[in-house]
Amino acid sequence: MTARLRWIVVLAGLVIALLLPRLGVPTFYVSLLTQTWIFAIVAMSLDFLIGFTGLVNFSQAALFGVGAYAVAIGATRFHVTAFVPVVALGIVSAVVTAAIFGLVALRSEGVGFIIMTIALNEIVWGLAYQWVSVSGGDNGITGIVRPAVGPFDVSANTGYYYVCFAFFAFSLLLLMLIVRSPFGLVLKGVRETPRRMRALGYNVWLYRYLAMVISAAFAGLAGVLFAWYNQFVGPVALSLDQSTQILIMVILGGIGTLYGQLLGAFIVVFLSNELSAVTQRWEMVLGVVYFIVVMYAPGGLVVLVPRLWARLRGRRAAAEEP
Amino acid sequence: MGLHFYVQNALGGLAYGSLLFLIASGLTLIFGLMRIINLAQTAFYLLGAYVGLSLVGAGLNFWLASLAAGIVTMALGLAVYSAFLHRYHADPLTSLLLTLGFALIMDDAVLWRWGGDPHSIQPPPMLRDSLHFGDLVFPVYWLAVIVISFAIAGLLFLLLQRTMLGMMIRAAVDDEEMARGVGVDVNRAFFVVFAIGAFVAGLGGLLGGPITSAYPGLDGELTPLAFAVVIVGGMGSLSGALVGSLLIGLVNAFGKALFPELSYFTIFVPVALIMAFRPQGLFGRKT
Repeated sequence: MTARLRWIVVLAGLVIALLLPRLGVPTFYVSLLTQTWIFAIVAMSLDFLIGFTGLVNFSQAALFGVGAYAVAIGATRFHVTAFVPVVALGIVSAVVTAAIFGLVALRSEGVGFIIMTIALNEIVWGLAYQWVSVSGGDNGITGIVRPAVGPFDVSANTGYYYVCFAFFAFSLLLLMLIVRSPFGLVLKGVRETPRRMRALGYNVWLYRYLAMVISAAFAGLAGVLFAWYNQFVGPVALSLDQSTQILIMVILGGIGTLYGQLLGAFIVVFLSNELSAVTQRWEMVLGVVYFIVVMYAPGGLVVLVPRLWARLRGRRAAAEEP
Repeated sequence: MGLHFYVQNALGGLAYGSLLFLIASGLTLIFGLMRIINLAQTAFYLLGAYVGLSLVGAGLNFWLASLAAGIVTMALGLAVYSAFLHRYHADPLTSLLLTLGFALIMDDAVLWRWGGDPHSIQPPPMLRDSLHFGDLVFPVYWLAVIVISFAIAGLLFLLLQRTMLGMMIRAAVDDEEMARGVGVDVNRAFFVVFAIGAFVAGLGGLLGGPITSAYPGLDGELTPLAFAVVIVGGMGSLSGALVGSLLIGLVNAFGKALFPELSYFTIFVPVALIMAFRPQGLFGRKT
């Protein structure tokens, strides 16, 4: 893709995204698209970690959920409801959680890291599930109200759509800047050859730790938006299944692409909503979808489509050769 | 909170811990050998409990029913292993997602077939009594579970340490490539270990049924405990799984009694301590 074509695509996408709610799209789909922006943020936060640092973090849902619970608990217990303080509270809670997780999980690498983060996610889930006096247990916390954003009232779906879209665009830009900065280059080095980076004098542990914490800030932000979106938080938001769904988005979107996560989030959000409308057995279908994704599209759709295209062209070229 | 409190919870914790061993032993062995993080392991337990309770309901003897439940989960596990999983043991992320997809399918199938209401499971008639020592009440069945789990642990140790097959498994754990090089049929070792893991978990489902009962979501509640066991004990170590299970069982029992709302959090304490001072686990080897 040439630079100019890329700009055209980005601009067209921006215009479409801004106009969509005004084009008479049913509210239901506007609301699903809002959910897509939110999940795209958390999927990008995980992609930043997997694609650029090589850390497969299964506790991303816990960080997302901590952000969401921070909103709920802040609103119902401490009457923190204004826009800016709540966003800050959600992000800080997720960052603090990740700072603790990192101390524990980064003692191991590779598969060990995966197992540790699974356990950590499950422990946070257990807290949300059992600590009824604070988290409401299985019933969760209801009655979260969307605050006004400055002069704008976003209690309606259309208004909230724009809030989530703005945060998505901001997060994508910020993550792309981080990835392209010298810091991002060191992260890639750590992913590729931690030993060499260590020999060059980089503190590999510290870079991984910082990446985890930065990623958590975005996951927490997505959690805040999710709590406002649903106006409810329950333990499902930070379950292992949720972590896996985020990971499936990342795999579908293409690991290490960042913007591809929009596609991954879009597919998972629409698929799971449509499935649950069509069949009661949607969880089973989702399980089958996991099989199909990891076996047939491990590089993600963003990578798969160009590859199929290239193969098609390659075949044509080979056929033309004498 | 006298002595009575401690003894009661210690015994309960040991019983629960020995149940955890039935799940965690498969988890740790499958991981140690094939690098597969089998998230379907607790779903095997749940399925075993349901299959078992249906068989008992149909009039089958409790012990035979638990064997049959183990065989059913084993057959299912092997089918999935041979059809999909065996291709991915060098790829922990793919295999993990496959086992998770499989767990989702099993969970939903269980919900479909047996509904969402919890089922309580009665222990076999001869073990329904309780032992009384003063204030202390201890169901005989708990004792039976401890004995059976230790017997199964003993058999697994014998298999690993004293048979040709066990030797092959240990060789493959230590150095898969070298084991293949000297002619060990590593693929067969994989197959057998996966079968054992699924069988023991399914068998544990009915055995543990009278303690945990059976309901959708039970597998999700057991997963953090099973993972904590594997982390504390050391990944791939059977002795680690045994010691870890008892330890986590005890921590869980006292956590539930002392801080009922924070019991999952109390498990975090041993996990964090292990990661701080011995990241490879109590019995794990440095990799």
